[in-house]
Amino acid sequence: MAINLIRKLAAAGILFFASSAAVSAQTLVFTAIPDEDETKLVERFRGIADYLEEKLEVDVRYIPVKSYAAAVSAFRNNQVQLAWFGGLSGVQARSLVPGSQAIAQGVEDQAFNSYIIAHKSTGLEENEKLTEAVRGKTFTFGSKGSTSGRLIPEYYIREAFNQAPEEVFSRVGFSGNHTRTLRLVEAGTYELGAINYSVWTKELEDGNIDTDAVKVIYTTPSYPNYQWSIRGDVNERFGEGFMDRVKQALLDMEDKELLESFPRSGFIPVSNDAYTPIEMVGKQIGIID
Amino acid sequence: MLSSPTVKASLIFLAIALVCLAFADIAITSANPWKDLGRFFLGVVTPDFFSSEGVAVALLRTVAFAFVGVALGSLCGFILALVYRNPVVRVFCAFIRAIHELFWALIFLQFFGFHPLTGVLAIAIPYSGIFAKVYSEILDETDPTPGRLLPPGTGVISTFLYTRIPACWVQLRTYTAYRLECGLRSSAILGFVGLPTLGFFLETSFSQGLYSEAGAMLILFYVLIATMPIWVKPKLLPVYILGAPFFLGEGLPIVWGNVERFFTEDIVPSPLKNGEGLAGLVPWLNDLMVTEALPGIWNTLLLTQIALVATGILALLAFPLISNHFGGPVRRTGGHVFLVITRSTPEYILAYILLQLWGPSMLPAIVALALHNGGIIGHLIGRQSSGIQLRPDAPIGFNRYTYELVPRVYRSFLAFLFYRWEIIMRETAILGILGIYTLGFYVDSSIQNIQFDRAMVLIVITALLNIGVDILGRYIRKKLALQTMPTC
Repeated sequence: MAINLIRKLAAAGILFFASSAAVSAQTLVFTAIPDEDETKLVERFRGIADYLEEKLEVDVRYIPVKSYAAAVSAFRNNQVQLAWFGGLSGVQARSLVPGSQAIAQGVEDQAFNSYIIAHKSTGLEENEKLTEAVRGKTFTFGSKGSTSGRLIPEYYIREAFNQAPEEVFSRVGFSGNHTRTLRLVEAGTYELGAINYSVWTKELEDGNIDTDAVKVIYTTPSYPNYQWSIRGDVNERFGEGFMDRVKQALLDMEDKELLESFPRSGFIPVSNDAYTPIEMVGKQIGIID
Repeated sequence: MLSSPTVKASLIFLAIALVCLAFADIAITSANPWKDLGRFFLGVVTPDFFSSEGVAVALLRTVAFAFVGVALGSLCGFILALVYRNPVVRVFCAFIRAIHELFWALIFLQFFGFHPLTGVLAIAIPYSGIFAKVYSEILDETDPTPGRLLPPGTGVISTFLYTRIPACWVQLRTYTAYRLECGLRSSAILGFVGLPTLGFFLETSFSQGLYSEAGAMLILFYVLIATMPIWVKPKLLPVYILGAPFFLGEGLPIVWGNVERFFTEDIVPSPLKNGEGLAGLVPWLNDLMVTEALPGIWNTLLLTQIALVATGILALLAFPLISNHFGGPVRRTGGHVFLVITRSTPEYILAYILLQLWGPSMLPAIVALALHNGGIIGHLIGRQSSGIQLRPDAPIGFNRYTYELVPRVYRSFLAFLFYRWEIIMRETAILGILGIYTLGFYVDSSIQNIQFDRAMVLIVITALLNIGVDILGRYIRKKLALQTMPTC
């Protein structure tokens, strides 16, 4: 009886390995960092997949991931060839994949900002600097790997207080993404939070923020952020000039609805060098080795 | 009473937990915890089964991963069980089962990526270690007499298959079926790190506050587990096991070069990689210990000890709910439903839900661990208490509970509790991924920072801590002469 079972299991194992071999090599797979509610991301990037498929004449597939690191790993492992990264995740990913290029960023990403937002119970008002008044409050970042929700706010907190966030605030958390940071501070679960200005602005326009409960109290200086990054070996796989075609397709994107979903007014060319400041900040904080 | 060793041990653990509680962060930080909890329960009673297109597929994948993972695990575990006497095998098995499925998944994600193999191995590897241990215990307990009666010259394999296996076949089958249920839970939570199982959609719905969607998924999961006796039939098993690999989904193709890179580059400590040699390794390890490992170990221990005692208290309070000696059939059915729900919900999902509602502190984790583990132990000793014959003139009510039943089940209660000690610690570590500062938090942070060398050191530390607690738990059980059958 046991032998029989073993035989069946062995057969199952062989079938399993055999069944996993058939995936088309001509599919361009891309991903994006999960910085907002997943439903929104899936909607947005399915639109992008359709758009790119039409422009590039190859199959294009979007896969949602659960963490920033998963997006970076998928890019590094060549399971995705193209990705919409934040500043930091882009730097991390490109340093791991020789030859990979930042090809396009949003117009707004040239000078991006982060906001520190506060629940009304703190009584804090908007200020040009981070003052001692925020000390001892509870604070949430977005994802651990986020540029606008973690790296840059942490940099300016360290600069203002000469201390790590854990020493400045009574409790430091990581909400996971910007939408959740907003909800948590709005509900008062955390008194303060760091959020990407573009998510804040869009949610505000859509009427999704209870402005009586939460407000912006500080804006960071500007820095370069989100970009499309592509692996260096795509030309070998998809044919000569493929990287340029992807780049051109992104730059040519004019569909109002698609751009609105980011939200970006359009995409412009960019190079790896534009993200040197992010890399330096990452090294300073110890997120990048 | 104080001279009884079991009472003494209980009081010592209670005292430790109280001291830990003084150091633990158990605040409810959300502004409206009860309103959110209310919204969640409203969602559960108004489930929306048709909102998300992917739920049916996710359920199918959850079952498929569980079947393939558990089948592979039981096969490898069985082979390992045959050579379990070997100390190297023992240590190897202890090590692979000390690492949680989610940690395995996080490791495999780095080089297999989103391929079905990641999920299958994440279940199969730790389960092999568990199966090896339990199968070998079961085999050791079989009666050797039939083997001695065979004529000389009978082959080793024939002897084994015709004398040992039939004698313990029922136990092997029961335990394997039981592990399958655990496998379904493990499979479901793998979705939280990105595999296409139930956890993936549950996380999506929950994090967006879509409680009716989340409620529907939880209900479907309970139904799936509660109906297992109906759909898992011995005759259908070969069909399931052969069919399951075809329902794992395609995922993305594996690039084998990544595997080599992971083992030869990624997990090599960065000072060695940068050529600083052993001189650079010491400060690197030192920094890792002081800033991450030690705080992680401290919080893991705190949370484990508190959760262990909370589990015990809850189990003692819950077992009368299903005991024949209390209440009528209606209340017992209610009790069964309550305990089925608490023990079928993985701790990770319970903790995730409570963290969303109450904000991040150790409290949601303690409650989640106590509910899940207390549900399991409560169920086991409740069932045991129903088998106890009381005198016709035995006291009723509270006195029956305190003077008749608790003393009679207390030893097996403690045995189960100490058995689950290590399991609670494994879970405690993993709950760090959700934002509580246990070892899992630092493992997750290292992975988020793409520093796999640090992550691996922390995972190994977690495993060693688990092995330590496992040894201690076994020592205490032996000392108190407590015997138990393994629980999930």
